[in-house]
Amino acid sequence: MIRFEKVTKRYPGGTIAVDEVTLDAPTGAITVLVGPSGCGKTTSLRMVNRMIEPTSGRILLDDIDTARIPEPALRRGIGYVIQQGGLFPHQSIERNIATVPLLLGWEKKRAYARARELLEVVGLPAEMATRYPGQLSGGQQQRVGVARALAADPPVMLMDEPFSAVDPVVRTQLQDEFLRLQGELGKTIILVTHDIDEAVKLGDLVAVLRVGGRLAQVATPEELLAHPADDFVADFVGRDRGYRALSFVEGEVPVQAEPTVAPGDGADLARSRAVDGWVLVAEDGRPLGWLHTDWLRAEVSADRVALGGTLATQGGPLRAALDAALSSPSGRGVVVDGDGRLLGTVRARDVLAEVERHRTGSTGQAPAQGRPTQAPVQT
Amino acid sequence: MIPKIWDWLTDPANWSGADGIATRVQEHLTYSLIVLAIASLIALPLGLWIGHTGRGRPLVSAANAARAVPTLGLLFALALWLGPRLSGDLAFTAPSIIVLVLLALPPLLAGAYAGVEAVDPATRDAARGMGLSDGQVLRQVELPIALPLLLSGVRAATLQVIATATIAAYVGLGGLGRFLIDGLAIGDYAATAGGALLVAVLALLVDLLLAGVVRLLVSPGLTGKQSRRRRVELSAAGLSPIADAT
Amino acid sequence: MTWISGHLGDIWRLTVQHAVLAAIPLVLGLIVSIPLGWAAARSRRLVPVALAGTGLLYTIPSLALFILMPLILGTKILDPVNVIVAMTIYTVALLVRTVVDGLGSVPSHVDAAARAMGLGAFRRLVTVQLPLAVPVIAAGLRVAAVSNVSIVSVASLIGVSQLGDLLVDGYNRDIPGELWAGIVGCLVLALLFDLLIQGLARLLTPWLRADSRSSARRLALADAPRDVGVAA
Repeated sequence: MIRFEKVTKRYPGGTIAVDEVTLDAPTGAITVLVGPSGCGKTTSLRMVNRMIEPTSGRILLDDIDTARIPEPALRRGIGYVIQQGGLFPHQSIERNIATVPLLLGWEKKRAYARARELLEVVGLPAEMATRYPGQLSGGQQQRVGVARALAADPPVMLMDEPFSAVDPVVRTQLQDEFLRLQGELGKTIILVTHDIDEAVKLGDLVAVLRVGGRLAQVATPEELLAHPADDFVADFVGRDRGYRALSFVEGEVPVQAEPTVAPGDGADLARSRAVDGWVLVAEDGRPLGWLHTDWLRAEVSADRVALGGTLATQGGPLRAALDAALSSPSGRGVVVDGDGRLLGTVRARDVLAEVERHRTGSTGQAPAQGRPTQAPVQT
Repeated sequence: MIPKIWDWLTDPANWSGADGIATRVQEHLTYSLIVLAIASLIALPLGLWIGHTGRGRPLVSAANAARAVPTLGLLFALALWLGPRLSGDLAFTAPSIIVLVLLALPPLLAGAYAGVEAVDPATRDAARGMGLSDGQVLRQVELPIALPLLLSGVRAATLQVIATATIAAYVGLGGLGRFLIDGLAIGDYAATAGGALLVAVLALLVDLLLAGVVRLLVSPGLTGKQSRRRRVELSAAGLSPIADAT
Repeated sequence: MTWISGHLGDIWRLTVQHAVLAAIPLVLGLIVSIPLGWAAARSRRLVPVALAGTGLLYTIPSLALFILMPLILGTKILDPVNVIVAMTIYTVALLVRTVVDGLGSVPSHVDAAARAMGLGAFRRLVTVQLPLAVPVIAAGLRVAAVSNVSIVSVASLIGVSQLGDLLVDGYNRDIPGELWAGIVGCLVLALLFDLLIQGLARLLTPWLRADSRSSARRLALADAPRDVGVAA
């Protein structure tokens, strides 16, 4: 666990970058530091591996004061990933990845073998090992950066905007793969980002900092979205937070049976089964899309089907169920089971009824008034 | 004319002896080497330090500006001042050596300083963050990345020294310049041109050698794709035609 | 000091000769470098060849080149043409690279827009690329100018008359005043050339002066530490 105890960073001109931050980053979890520019999130991160020294307060790594550990030794035990990658351009990829193991005294063979292993883990082809960073794309360089940080298998990782320097499509891929990796490795991670969506997506715990380096709120993403501590946090989390919070609410939705037709069925059958002009086309129990009776000719064909409409899984997030209903051309959201087989359809009003039920809670009490999970220290 | 020059170049008598071509080439190279060694010892650490700490930048600008001084003038001034105070051979060689060292300093300084500046701060940050000590960062990361520009400074300095050493024959330094200067004095164009050819070939060979060294030492990962701005800065520091260390 | 006051006429004459010998190669060199640089910039393959070729020429020490010129040109050794041709070669060696860089410094979207509007290659060069390349080319020209002023003084050793005469004579006859006159003369001339080129560059780029933000950056680039190239 990483513990911040009243950590402060004050610069000679009087600027306070980090102001009495106290926070516990739990072991094996991703703690995200998020906030606007100037909130001290990067400074706080860099104080963990003493790239910046705190002015007062201390940081404990599993109950050992980091100030007591000599810097190189401290840093060799912490994986460090920065926004621009920071790969060494004059060394091959595998040499880059092998940096810390070699520093720690591993023999060359073992270090390079580990490097190749990690290339695979981060999803890069083995041929890349002997290439140079200059020959890789931004996304590839980021992956190498992560591989490099993982090389000596440190229990702790610090990541400073690791996915910001790539385009949105690549970013989503990297985020998803990162979550999968963390699921396998279970490291203690502190990650800094300015993007609240990324924070909510990746964080097990989210710490929101305000300009001036003070903690505004520390909470799980669900708690943050549902109960922001004050106006600043509410603003920072942004619009649609209510809608986004539904991603964290799971529930069973009332599903109605939906008549279907299969490709090849006659037009009359399709018309007789259509409701409000729309009929669901399915094959082998799997939904293919919606067909409007106006489009019918002789028979149902899989080609003339409107594919619009996301699929919701029964028992999954209510947000998916609501989206299925809203995006469906017929207004009826398609619900499937874990294997993708059709269970039925749900209407938006039914999902909303479920949301209402959930809001009032099983105890029927109103939720506590704006109280965050962990109160920031106020002085 | 040309046959006369050829005769002069191929006459074995001209190659042997204390005034022979062989000796002169050796002298020229020896002086150049000594000068470069001394100048490197001064300028390279200084340049690395300036680039690393970011301090002392005015020194680089001053060094660059000082190169507007005509080399001939510098040679003569120092020879006039120092010559009479020294005795024997030293009176001829010392002023020249000093001036040669002075002239080699700016390109070496500029190359070292530009080389360290070329290191991406993110790379440096990552290196420190991963646990490399300061010395390790310098040796394993900064120096190798700085090498292309540093070596282009060495190349520029080397050519500067070889060229000026030629002229320094006028104030008494040995080396290939003797053929040029002496030849001009007695009107022997064959010797003069022959010497000039030798100097030209020597300079080209040395530069070729250095280019080979660069290729050997510089990591293939550094393609030298320097930004345009950096190339203009280098050009302004007189490293331009040599700055393509690729 | 007394020597100087007694020879002001000579100093002036030699200064003018020096200026001419340094300036003509600059102009000629620029005129030759622009098409060469343009051709090199357009053809990826030509670039390394051009740069290698010019780099080679620059490697030859100045005195050697001065001496070898009569062989190539068929002139007498005392002929100032030797100096001018040799200096032009040096200038071209320095400037081709600069022109390539200068043309490359033109933002690609600007060039693309010009092409899309139907401007032919030559017109683009003259009306769009060259004007925008002025800051970079000017920086290179300043280096070449200062370098030329210094190298020209070496020509005194082959008997071509200019400020270098003061250096040689001052040394031979042990007249420090004359020697210093020569050195200072060269310095002043170098400074004059430098300021002239800077001024010209400023004149040719009114848009840089108008936009205060980027002009500070661009002009700072042109003001980058400048000095002599291989000066011997």
